[in-house]
Amino acid sequence: MSGAWTGWLAYAASFGVMVLIQGVACLGLNLQWGQTGLFNVGVAGFVAVGAYTSALLTSAAVDGRLGGYELPLVIGVVAAMAAGGLVSAAVGALTLRLRSDYLAIATFGIAVVVDLVARNAAGLTGGTLGISFIPRPFEALAERPLTFALATFALVAAVTLLAYLLLERLVASPWGRVLRAIREDERAAASLGKSAASYRLQAFTVGGALMGLAGALQAHTLGFISPENFAAAVTFQVWAMLVVGGTGNNRGVLLGALLVSALWSATGLATAAAFPPEEQARAAALRIVAIGVLLSATILWRPRGLLGERTAVSRHLDD
Amino acid sequence: MNLQFLMDGLVVGATLALGATGVTLTYANLRFANFAHGEFLSWGAYLSMTLAGLAGSLLGAPLAAREPFSIGVGLLGCALVAAALTGGLALLIDAVLFRRLRERGTAVTAVMASFGVSMALRALLEALYTTRPRYYSQELQIALPLAEGMRATPDQLAVCAVTVLLATGVTLLIGRTAIGRRMRAVAENPSLAAVVGVDVAAVIRATWLLGGALAAVAGVALGLLVQVRPSMGAELLLPMFAAAIVGGIGSVPGALIGGVIVGVAEATTVRFIGAEWRAAVSFALLIAVLLVRPSGLFGRRA
Repeated sequence: MSGAWTGWLAYAASFGVMVLIQGVACLGLNLQWGQTGLFNVGVAGFVAVGAYTSALLTSAAVDGRLGGYELPLVIGVVAAMAAGGLVSAAVGALTLRLRSDYLAIATFGIAVVVDLVARNAAGLTGGTLGISFIPRPFEALAERPLTFALATFALVAAVTLLAYLLLERLVASPWGRVLRAIREDERAAASLGKSAASYRLQAFTVGGALMGLAGALQAHTLGFISPENFAAAVTFQVWAMLVVGGTGNNRGVLLGALLVSALWSATGLATAAAFPPEEQARAAALRIVAIGVLLSATILWRPRGLLGERTAVSRHLDD
Repeated sequence: MNLQFLMDGLVVGATLALGATGVTLTYANLRFANFAHGEFLSWGAYLSMTLAGLAGSLLGAPLAAREPFSIGVGLLGCALVAAALTGGLALLIDAVLFRRLRERGTAVTAVMASFGVSMALRALLEALYTTRPRYYSQELQIALPLAEGMRATPDQLAVCAVTVLLATGVTLLIGRTAIGRRMRAVAENPSLAAVVGVDVAAVIRATWLLGGALAAVAGVALGLLVQVRPSMGAELLLPMFAAAIVGGIGSVPGALIGGVIVGVAEATTVRFIGAEWRAAVSFALLIAVLLVRPSGLFGRRA
């Protein structure tokens, strides 16, 4: 293969990895918001918790920083999911019994605090410099960029597929049916003996664990994390993916992840080409405006997204 | 012990109080947490600055300051116009987006929509003005000595005075006027209010106008005391939510007192723990209130 082709293929593979990781976080958000109707405005915070947990457990020790236990990657990833789930459970336990917007405000607060800890608690998180030399799977293949990129993509794709299939099973199960029942009519569900609070907490926790998984995947594919990776814009993008792709539909989520990432990268390349270097910051801001408008326009004109939630009553009924 | 941090907390709290009043009114009358409210502060601050610049170039000289303050009547006038314009911006966004969501009965997505609006509004400021901090005035101010070794600049005292004035005005407006009574009725039960002839749409317009205008004044105050940046309002969003919840959602006096509580708590943290943890204070207060008394000081139910 010629050099140009391998370059493009490696780029495509790393783009695919980015799409899938955000897709995993978005699958978590879909379980929370799409299936259960729970606002989470702090997605970036939960992803960061996962990323830092796994990075601390698996990376080599560094002077003046906690962690560095060089544990196997699998343990790091599992711990990241546990941490994401645990933080979600704590926030959920505190706010789910209150008015719905309290959860949104509390998750927003979590994201602010996680960002603050990431920036300031240098002894734990490496501060603004972040954590580098996080072990990557297939590190041995790093000499051959294309093979490395493809192997990483294959692994992340397998994890995403696993998460997707698991969620599809969950959503179709009686458990998933109860979630939708609570979302549609809490009182009716309660009258059938289902504890809304308990089911909401479960869904919120599992969703948070998936965001933790996304964070761990990000840490172990990039090999480097810093507070910049978990800015509020990440939450915003994941929400845009969910809303554009189709709230309540896991396939829609992955489609949305692909489309929003593609749009993001394409506008990035376009503005890089069209604007002089001193105007780049302004152009980058315009991209966020564009995504904001896209999000609002979708909510207004196509609230179901591209692939809406499948009608659960009967396939013979139109919605 | 030097009690200066209390004075600083009061000044920040005054700004927060104005912002939190808008948050709590929107929440009570429209029933959603508006994540774009912080952007109204920023837009108010930038609009004032732009208007002052325009007025300065029309007059051929920058707007003069009135001693001992670092700004003059000119900027005050610009701030008033900016407050009206920011109220108008809130109305415009409602007409384009939130009203349609309400009419469709999908008000639950309003929170998400407001999050999108907030990102877009902030990024638009960054595109228009860049992220470079700006100042209304480059003048240095000498802080005047007050009691107990506390000091405050004339600007800080002016901000506190304006806040007390506006807080009294808003409290009287909500408590004693016809539109205030209608607002309380809509907050209580929109359908019932409509049945007895309250124009709910007009109440909602008044809510946006008032919330936006107060946010703009808070933005100008913040810009005057600190600096004007596109992210200035967004950074105050969590403290404003915390203030509204501490005071009890829907309660205007609650939001005012909540703002002062959050401001003083922040200043205390900065004084005794470190400035870098300032932003965590609101979250800690928020969690404490949710644990102990979710309805807040003056709220009824959560």
